[in-house]
Amino acid sequence: MTDTDSPSPSRRSLLGWGGAGLALGAAAAGGAVAMARTEDDTAPAAAGSAIAFHGPHQAGIATPVQDRLHFAAFDVTTDDREAFVQLLKDWTAAARRMTAGQAVGEGAFGGLAEAPPDDTGEALGLKPSRLTLTIGFGPSLFGKFGLADRRPEALVDLPKFAGDNLDKNRSGGDLCIQACADDPQVAVHAVRNLARIGFGKVVIKWSQLGFGKTSSTTPEAQTPRNLMGFKDGTRNIAGTETDRLKKFVWVDEKDEPAWMVGGSYLVARRIRMHIETWDRTSLQEQEDIFGRDKGEGAPVGKAKERDEPFLKAMKPDAHVRLAHPDTNHGATILRRGYSFTDGTDGLGRLDAGLFFLAYQRDVRKGFIPIQRSLAADALNEYIQHVGSALFAVPPGVRDKDDWWGRTLFSKEA
Amino acid sequence: MRPARPASVVIAAAAALAAVTGCTEKSDAKDGDHVINVTATDDKCQVSKKEFPAGHVELAVENKGSKVTEVYVLFPDDRVVTERENIGPGTRQRVTAEVKAGEYQIACKPGMKGDGIRQAVKATGGKAVRRDPRLDKAVAAYRAYAQAQADETLPKAEAFAAAVKDGDLEAAKKAYAPSRIGWERTEPVAESFGDIDPKVDVREDGLEDGQDPATDWTGWHRLEKALWQDKKIGTREKDLADLLIKDLKDWQNRVGKAEITPTSMANGAKELLDEVATGKVTGEEERYSHTDLVDFKANVEGAQKSYDLLKPVAKENDAALVTELEEQFAALDKLLDQYRPNTTSYDFTSYDKVGKADRKELSDAVNALAEPLSKLAAAVVK
Repeated sequence: MTDTDSPSPSRRSLLGWGGAGLALGAAAAGGAVAMARTEDDTAPAAAGSAIAFHGPHQAGIATPVQDRLHFAAFDVTTDDREAFVQLLKDWTAAARRMTAGQAVGEGAFGGLAEAPPDDTGEALGLKPSRLTLTIGFGPSLFGKFGLADRRPEALVDLPKFAGDNLDKNRSGGDLCIQACADDPQVAVHAVRNLARIGFGKVVIKWSQLGFGKTSSTTPEAQTPRNLMGFKDGTRNIAGTETDRLKKFVWVDEKDEPAWMVGGSYLVARRIRMHIETWDRTSLQEQEDIFGRDKGEGAPVGKAKERDEPFLKAMKPDAHVRLAHPDTNHGATILRRGYSFTDGTDGLGRLDAGLFFLAYQRDVRKGFIPIQRSLAADALNEYIQHVGSALFAVPPGVRDKDDWWGRTLFSKEA
Repeated sequence: MRPARPASVVIAAAAALAAVTGCTEKSDAKDGDHVINVTATDDKCQVSKKEFPAGHVELAVENKGSKVTEVYVLFPDDRVVTERENIGPGTRQRVTAEVKAGEYQIACKPGMKGDGIRQAVKATGGKAVRRDPRLDKAVAAYRAYAQAQADETLPKAEAFAAAVKDGDLEAAKKAYAPSRIGWERTEPVAESFGDIDPKVDVREDGLEDGQDPATDWTGWHRLEKALWQDKKIGTREKDLADLLIKDLKDWQNRVGKAEITPTSMANGAKELLDEVATGKVTGEEERYSHTDLVDFKANVEGAQKSYDLLKPVAKENDAALVTELEEQFAALDKLLDQYRPNTTSYDFTSYDKVGKADRKELSDAVNALAEPLSKLAAAVVK
């Protein structure tokens, strides 16, 4: 491989490497972003590289936001605790391989001709594509397996918010998997294989594909735009802001319960946009609604996107004004949303919008106050929340012997 | 039925057959070594040698008896290597086969009936293909099961056809679902004869491009539509009832000769669940009669039969898989039983009365069983 080639190995070559693949994982374990090294060792983290699976926090939260999403919420169908724990271990093993760009189990080919292969194969030859897999546990899981006394207080039942029109078939779930990657095929492959491994123990309740990340954890990159054409999440917490992550995202030793330390809480909301009426709205009104200009993304009265917003210059019902930490006693979340379009709705309207994903240390201090404040949002005329779920996202998988949810299911935290 | 049979399955089956029956003249044996003289009488089946070199084998058959006979070369599981029918008294026939090293039986069937008079023979040299004798037993038992299903189906299908021909709408409706049970239990075997399935079990949307539903659509589902949707029986329907019986008799005659292996049994079990997952759970299979749950049950029973026969070997190779399958079969059976008032009868709830949430529950249970079942083939050949 010369350095004009892609800096990261393809899945196929990783399959063949064996030991080299393991070495890659080990080299990556120290940093948030793993890079396959070329000869000169200066290649930047490219879209094809692998993100370390092991660490104190799960990847897919503070790690750089990828371009694509496949999110799936599952219901647990087994009442056998041991079988469920085994599934979490099997899932962890599969996730460890897939995030490194390797096929599941014995691979997608070359095995017994009479039996279906362990891996479904559609990601063969594709790069790791910065795949991250992140697991979360929903409130309803704590009604099972004798977990009632382990349910975190912060894992509240979300209140009904103004304007909510929630579809129960797109809400809730005992657990979730968030798969993010730069290649949609890699993300879909991951969820498909995990669902397959889970047959008989869990079933998919609902799922969502997303594209065009709508927020970024890497502020040096351009802030992405949502389907309304606006830059959103300019002040999102960056993956490098250790202090803000500690303060607003990661569950701390001071918090309860101990098994969640290093974890976070995830709010997932499917927000439908009334695209057609939005597109008929005047530019002035669009900009007033957001409180930013459409071209540069600068706050009202300012010149540059990153200029400090002067909230009082905005209309009282402007989105940025109502969502800003200063309006909400400092409430801050880490946003990781994606755009979605799921075809049309039968009335010829795009079934499209924002699949909002927010991570925070405590939803009672993060999402809930912000969303309450947004009850007055002028944007509400153009959006509707149609799906909702909340998950406790446990800490990261520490090493090759660790597994997703160990701190919850083992006696020791 | 499956709208389109995966070509690979057909090709694989054909290749397997060619491997043993192909008439390639390739053998290390000296000329003459590969000829076995078979002398058939009404009560004897004499062979000139019981051991011969593997490779190209020729049976020189002479019927010295008074009845028409047929001669078979059989695998230990009764699978046919090669055969020749209609060997008249006093006549000679030559039957050829490409035979791998291993044990076989040569059978003469005077009167072309029964299991025949058998001689154990052995092909030697080359690399012997040995199979666990328990698997041979399993295949033989499954072959008998498939035959029994066809044999039991015929009278039920005839009762259905008779009701159609009588113009008795209600009686025909009642006889419809029971007439399909044997077929549904052994569908993968039935489908292995690519020509029968499209005649008896095709749905209107499964017709090929250029086929006219008015003239080319035959079989159960065409009659189903007449009974439940059109609610009338005309001359065309009566003709189709006769045709259905003719085609099912063809199936009954051929089912014993199907190519069956331990892995095809295992994969056949999985395919039955696939049938459920793609056709029955959706309510597409029996869209007029809504008797999908009867087919569903029969598919599961057929899968369970395959699995039960393979279980002793699978358990040795993958005990965890067997535990999982036991659990999932039981769970699915329990769920299905909720849809029939009496567990000894095949009167199931009409599928149009099964709601969306319940259908998802059935679908989840099918997936929960089908996924581990797809690992059975590997557990059998390990």
